[in-house]
Amino acid sequence: MDYVVEMLNIRKEFTGIVANDDITIRLKRGEIHALLGENGAGKSTLMSILFGMYQADRGSIKVNGKEVRISNPNVANQMGIGMVHQHFKLVEDFTVTENIIMGSEPRKWLGLVMDTRKAGKKIEELSKQYGLNVDPYAKIEDISVGMQQRVEILKMLYRKAEVLILDEPTGVLTPQEVQELGRIMKNLIKEGKSIILITHKLKEIKAFADRCTVIRRGKTIGTVDVATTSEGAMAEMMVGRQVSFKVEKTDSVPGDVVLQVKSLTVRNSKKSLALNDFSLEVRAGEIVGIAGVEGNGQSDLVEAITGLRKAESGSIDLNGQNITAKSIRERIESGIGHIPEDRQKRGLILDYTLAENMVLEVYHREPFSRKGVLKNSAIRQYANRIIDSFDVRSGEGAVSAARSLSGGNQQKAIIGREIERNPLLLIAVQPTRGLDVGSIEYIHKRLIEHRDNGKAVLLISLELDEIMNLSDRIAIVNQGELIGVVNASETNENEIGLMMAGVKREEGA
Amino acid sequence: MNRIVVSLVAVLFGLLAGAVLMAVTGHNPITGYSYLFEGGLKNPERIGNTMATATPLVFSGLAVAFAFRTGLFNIGVAGQLLFGGFCASAVGLNWALPKPLLLIVMLIVGFLGGALWAIVPGLLKARFNVHEVVSSIMMNWVAYWTVYYAVPAYLKAQYSETESAQLPEAASLKVPFLTEMFDGSFINLGLFVAVIIVLVVGFIINRTTFGYELKAVGHNRSAAEYAGIAVNRSIVFSMAISGGLAGLGGVALYAGNASNIQIGVLPSQGFDGIAVALLGANTPIGVFLSAMFFGLLYSGRGFMNAMTEIPPEIADSIIAIIIYFAATSILIERLIRWFIRRRRANTKASTSQEGKVGM
Repeated sequence: MDYVVEMLNIRKEFTGIVANDDITIRLKRGEIHALLGENGAGKSTLMSILFGMYQADRGSIKVNGKEVRISNPNVANQMGIGMVHQHFKLVEDFTVTENIIMGSEPRKWLGLVMDTRKAGKKIEELSKQYGLNVDPYAKIEDISVGMQQRVEILKMLYRKAEVLILDEPTGVLTPQEVQELGRIMKNLIKEGKSIILITHKLKEIKAFADRCTVIRRGKTIGTVDVATTSEGAMAEMMVGRQVSFKVEKTDSVPGDVVLQVKSLTVRNSKKSLALNDFSLEVRAGEIVGIAGVEGNGQSDLVEAITGLRKAESGSIDLNGQNITAKSIRERIESGIGHIPEDRQKRGLILDYTLAENMVLEVYHREPFSRKGVLKNSAIRQYANRIIDSFDVRSGEGAVSAARSLSGGNQQKAIIGREIERNPLLLIAVQPTRGLDVGSIEYIHKRLIEHRDNGKAVLLISLELDEIMNLSDRIAIVNQGELIGVVNASETNENEIGLMMAGVKREEGA
Repeated sequence: MNRIVVSLVAVLFGLLAGAVLMAVTGHNPITGYSYLFEGGLKNPERIGNTMATATPLVFSGLAVAFAFRTGLFNIGVAGQLLFGGFCASAVGLNWALPKPLLLIVMLIVGFLGGALWAIVPGLLKARFNVHEVVSSIMMNWVAYWTVYYAVPAYLKAQYSETESAQLPEAASLKVPFLTEMFDGSFINLGLFVAVIIVLVVGFIINRTTFGYELKAVGHNRSAAEYAGIAVNRSIVFSMAISGGLAGLGGVALYAGNASNIQIGVLPSQGFDGIAVALLGANTPIGVFLSAMFFGLLYSGRGFMNAMTEIPPEIADSIIAIIIYFAATSILIERLIRWFIRRRRANTKASTSQEGKVGM
């Protein structure tokens, strides 16, 4: 069989954790091979080994049938292995061409002057050949995220990569861009390239990949033909048990109004109107979802409710009390929990330990501190309780640095911290972004549990599926205005889609 | 643990490089070093002087380390130290109080003076996001010229225009029992204050909710804000405390090691604080130890110079090289890891060979 890359019986251990334990993956020439696994299953570690960023403790790597040693990323590049990282590595105010040639600039005139023109031409040709449609002279800061990703792919092609590793490539893309990426991958395959697609989205594997290797907790579970394997079967391989895609929940029993937002107007950091005369009610025992295209005022609403941003006018009441002028801490104390959109920017202090992060909002209260002195044993106990009940996996438990956790486990830790405080109103912003099906299912269950405990939940998500599945009522925003509120049981994707585009219900009917 | 190794390796490399420098310039490194260390440790007086030299460095190192742990780079320690020392001198020269009381008042005033000098950059940072490096370094010169003007105008010595009058005995941190114990050294109570402050700062940083807040703001402003911590207030407090620590260093320097304050000098201890903090890995105990080590080099170099032909600049070069290695600690960490890996590979290779022989 013609394999371009084979990784055989790879084992990699970090202090306290076995990231890869006897993993084998074989990539055929000209195939799209998906690597599927939960967060922290060892996907990234495995690919970092292939890309030369780590060295395997055991096992071997073969490229074109020959055993090789990949000691650093440059060696990987020379062997024709290129990687597109989840977070792009581009210089914002350089052009596409400048970014692509960086590190191996073609020169002219005794090597004193960079030959951008020649490089630009070549990039244009490559772009045409693979149907990437990239303008070589555009600045990175002016092009969309999807386009930036193509620049990363072009970078690999320019360096004559034969094997492309795409790490979670669809996480940052809109549905249209995902389709486009699929088409590009097909083109690459046609031209004889081979692709390893790292993902945990089953839909995409089904749509794009030929074969799929599943790993779980650092071990290979198996390699399957995608065409003949159902999504459910792959999910089961990944998680190790049956997964339900449909959220189980009973009808809501709404109680008193917990959050009342009245004609709220908010300006964003650029001083333009982000939220205009916005009113909304969330009752105890219900989940209200906010649907909308990104950047239509959702983040500003959340920031206004939590106190991170000042309201221009209007009022916010929590449990009948006006909190519009209260400080962030006072709002936290009066019962707001907030799962922030950006877990690394807002949600965690990455240099603190997990335990220190678990008391981020309550450290000043007893029993975590007394008279201004921290009580470490109480803090650790509390953290361990959250770690246990939310299955947060880390190298050294409560004393691990938050930075060392995988993204999914960081998210679980934050959600655990917020739910553990048992807030009257839980604001969950993109709570499952970038998580695998197992974690998503679990987090959804906890959010519904919180509702069933008679608390209010405000859910903001860009995934319409998530909004539709979880919410009892759905509020739709467009350009900072409330378009309408509908009952989740009486609507469909089509109606909400129209409203998200700004078409009001009466007008549509 | 890791950091201790890095700092020790940095010191070792610095000393080795110093030895090379001595050898290259035609001197015997072993004689050079023996005089350098003898100069700092030979007899009680020299030991006392070493510790006294280190005392202001403990404070300035703590000032830098405290700011750094809370995400701020206080480069204005020199000015804060000078102004704190000036305020304390003004009190010492003008108020007639019993010695214990006067010293306590001087320490408090010194702390406040330094804090005041650091609050300005703190406020500018909190309100207008002005970078503290720029504003605190400018405050250095404000302090320099303020003292330049105020000392001749208000605290003038009888026969000199460039320094203040001598502090009376009651306003000096020097006490007879210490001076006698160390055979006439200029060691003084400042050292004890330094030890106490090291413990207090360690406690604040590691064990209190206040330290938790300050560090949280230092690591991640957005997350601290999210958690309801008053971010701007924390920044101002951090700077104030850092400056206050520097101010205490000024008291130890001008009312302890010296007995008056001179104009036209920006105390070098302020900038040395950065090096001390760096080598001490920004921990209070580390700062204390590295300050002692710097004190040893500073007080030993004169003796080395007197006894040999080796220029005192060699000692300064050693300090510079140590700082260089401490700053590039990542290189040292890599070196250590490489070393460990190679040793492990060697033992593995030898055991596998033994295995083959066994077969």
